[in-house]
Amino acid sequence: MTSLASTDIVTGSIHRSLAARIVARTGGGALRVLLVIVALIWLVPTFGLLVESFRNSAQYTNGGWWDAIAHPGQLTVQNYSNLVHNSSIMSSFVNTFEITVPATLLVIVIGAAAGYAFAWIEFPGRDWLFLIVVGLLVIPIQIALIPVLRLYGWLGISGSIVSVVLFHVAFGLPFAIFLLRNYFAGIPRDLLEAARMDGASEARIFVRLILPLGLPAIASLGIFQFLWVWNDLLVALVFTNSSSQPITVALASQTRQFGSSIDILAPGAFLSLVVPLIVFLAFQRFFVQGVMAGSVK
Amino acid sequence: MSQAEGRSRARRSRRVTPPGARRWHAGVFLAPALILLLAIVLYPLAYSIVRSLFNDTPSGGAGSWVGLSNYKHLFTDSTTLRALKNNVIWVLVAPTVVTILGLIFAVLSERIRWATVFKTVLFMPMAISGLASAITFSLIYADQPSRGLANTVTVGIHDIFEGSSRYPGLHPRDASVLEGSDKSGFTTKAAVTPGAVVMLPLTGLDLTSPPSSTAQAVTPTAGTGVTGVVWNDFALGGGGTTGSVDHGERGLGGMTIQALSQGKVVATTKADADGDFSFPSLTSGSYELRLPASNFAAAFNGLSWLGPNLITPAIILAWLWIYAGFAMVLLAAGMSALPRDALEAARVDGATEWQVFRRVTAPLLAPVLLVVFVTLVINVLKVFDIVFVIEQSAGANGKYGDVLAVSLYQDFGDQQYGLASAIGVFLVLLVIPAVVSNIRRFRRDQQ
Repeated sequence: MTSLASTDIVTGSIHRSLAARIVARTGGGALRVLLVIVALIWLVPTFGLLVESFRNSAQYTNGGWWDAIAHPGQLTVQNYSNLVHNSSIMSSFVNTFEITVPATLLVIVIGAAAGYAFAWIEFPGRDWLFLIVVGLLVIPIQIALIPVLRLYGWLGISGSIVSVVLFHVAFGLPFAIFLLRNYFAGIPRDLLEAARMDGASEARIFVRLILPLGLPAIASLGIFQFLWVWNDLLVALVFTNSSSQPITVALASQTRQFGSSIDILAPGAFLSLVVPLIVFLAFQRFFVQGVMAGSVK
Repeated sequence: MSQAEGRSRARRSRRVTPPGARRWHAGVFLAPALILLLAIVLYPLAYSIVRSLFNDTPSGGAGSWVGLSNYKHLFTDSTTLRALKNNVIWVLVAPTVVTILGLIFAVLSERIRWATVFKTVLFMPMAISGLASAITFSLIYADQPSRGLANTVTVGIHDIFEGSSRYPGLHPRDASVLEGSDKSGFTTKAAVTPGAVVMLPLTGLDLTSPPSSTAQAVTPTAGTGVTGVVWNDFALGGGGTTGSVDHGERGLGGMTIQALSQGKVVATTKADADGDFSFPSLTSGSYELRLPASNFAAAFNGLSWLGPNLITPAIILAWLWIYAGFAMVLLAAGMSALPRDALEAARVDGATEWQVFRRVTAPLLAPVLLVVFVTLVINVLKVFDIVFVIEQSAGANGKYGDVLAVSLYQDFGDQQYGLASAIGVFLVLLVIPAVVSNIRRFRRDQQ
């Protein structure tokens, strides 16, 4: 809009014909309508899931969620209260937190330490090592399932929450190191030199200087990793057992009886979706930055 | 090392290394990351390459050396071949469509004031798990039109253009009045003349839940032209006289009736809910009345979205819902970084918006487009969650949507570790071009 307006000033085309102006106006109107429709199409699936989560499975058999718009009486919180009393779903929900929080914090700490070393400490082979890390960015996790399962068996941590956390941390590291190293490298050199002149230890510089200054990148990384781990299904399918499984696995096992389990699946999926959605909406800016950096900029 | 390189390296290290940093510090800072990467990423990579060259013992251990036969199996076994074929479809279709869609949305959203809201709405699915998306779309793809949104819409569109068949399975009550079949339609045996009241008794209506287009039938009175009644000549509980309208018998509203003269359709009408119909224009001559087959065709119940033929496109559509916003946000960011004056100059020179887009925006945006496209391709090669869960909800037909990552997981579950490793290595090989281009781009950026 602004660019069009400034073009008008430059070319002086204020004398554009009436017809052209009408076309521009209605064209703009059509565009707005089109984009409203697109936005609605994008909202409908999630909205449908939300409405369905408030209906019981008998109603699902009789008709789609849109029936509930005409008959709001169909809506009930029964599914959710059942879910809250479903100990296996609830404990899996707790597991999701127990996996996601440490996996996120560890990636930040370990990734930031490595990122700092790559950015500000000279050591032999540094460039090569970093190139290897960049190369690992896109390695599919599928390649590691079998050997790591063996490794965990040997270490005696099979099926534990620790085992899933370690896997997520390891596969989160290339991105973490890549993102943080690039961000840390942009910190003004004078600041570090001054600190080193003052005799500050590397550990002190890292904690007092690098981490605070790198906060925007750390936030991006944290949100990105949080969502990645929270939403993961494959890693958890392979490495957890019935007592350590997160909510994604607990729900995925019910999808075989889709129609009859819909009263668990819909509210469960919505419950599992609320936390990432809040995180996303609250920290959208950081998330977008993380995604942009993650698309191997 | 040439002199120039040596100088530049020396200059770089002088610039980067502040005084006081000691090498062993690097070891301390790097150790946790390197140990994890080595144990959980690099060692498994090497292990899988080796493991893929061995077959399996029944307990899942490494059997004997089989060379490349696991890879051969990947390209010959019908199950993995189907997964491979689906992966090819995914790679050919999904990233291209999503990139184009993202570009369109990015360009269009620049022109609205609520662009931020629009982008948030489209980007939101990125925050949702593949599992939740899969459940969401399994709901949409449910077969029964009354349950699944996709089929509700499909049936709605179909019925707008084709007309809905209202009375599948109905047939004449009295073969001496109407003859034919539900394939060809039913035609009156006796000729019909104006002024007469034509009784067209059918039967077979589901009386326990009669459609809303039906009502208690009424015998019409004769008028100008041909009049008559088409009804379900049967009441719940039986009784009544065949060929006459009795209590509890329902008129077949919406039934199409054609009047034929010498085999040609001369008039068409539809019955009212009480079964009443009339052709006031037919005032002379003799006719046959026909109930065309379209009245009796089996109802169109939509498409089998998660059936063998459509399951992959259907899952791709769900994936598109997730990633279109991602492509849009990246491309919009790329566009906002374009030099404003180049665009302005083109517009000043009288270029239309389309020309500006084709000749200026698109070429300048090419590097970002490439990054988006490559990222999507890598993502598609590894796609698992959404396919796996939608397949489970699709039941027996699920296997037709298999992709390599799902095959790998199944082989893994069957303790076919050799095959699973081969698929894994194959996936790694497929992403190697991306690895190389990442490293290249990174080195270029460093110069």
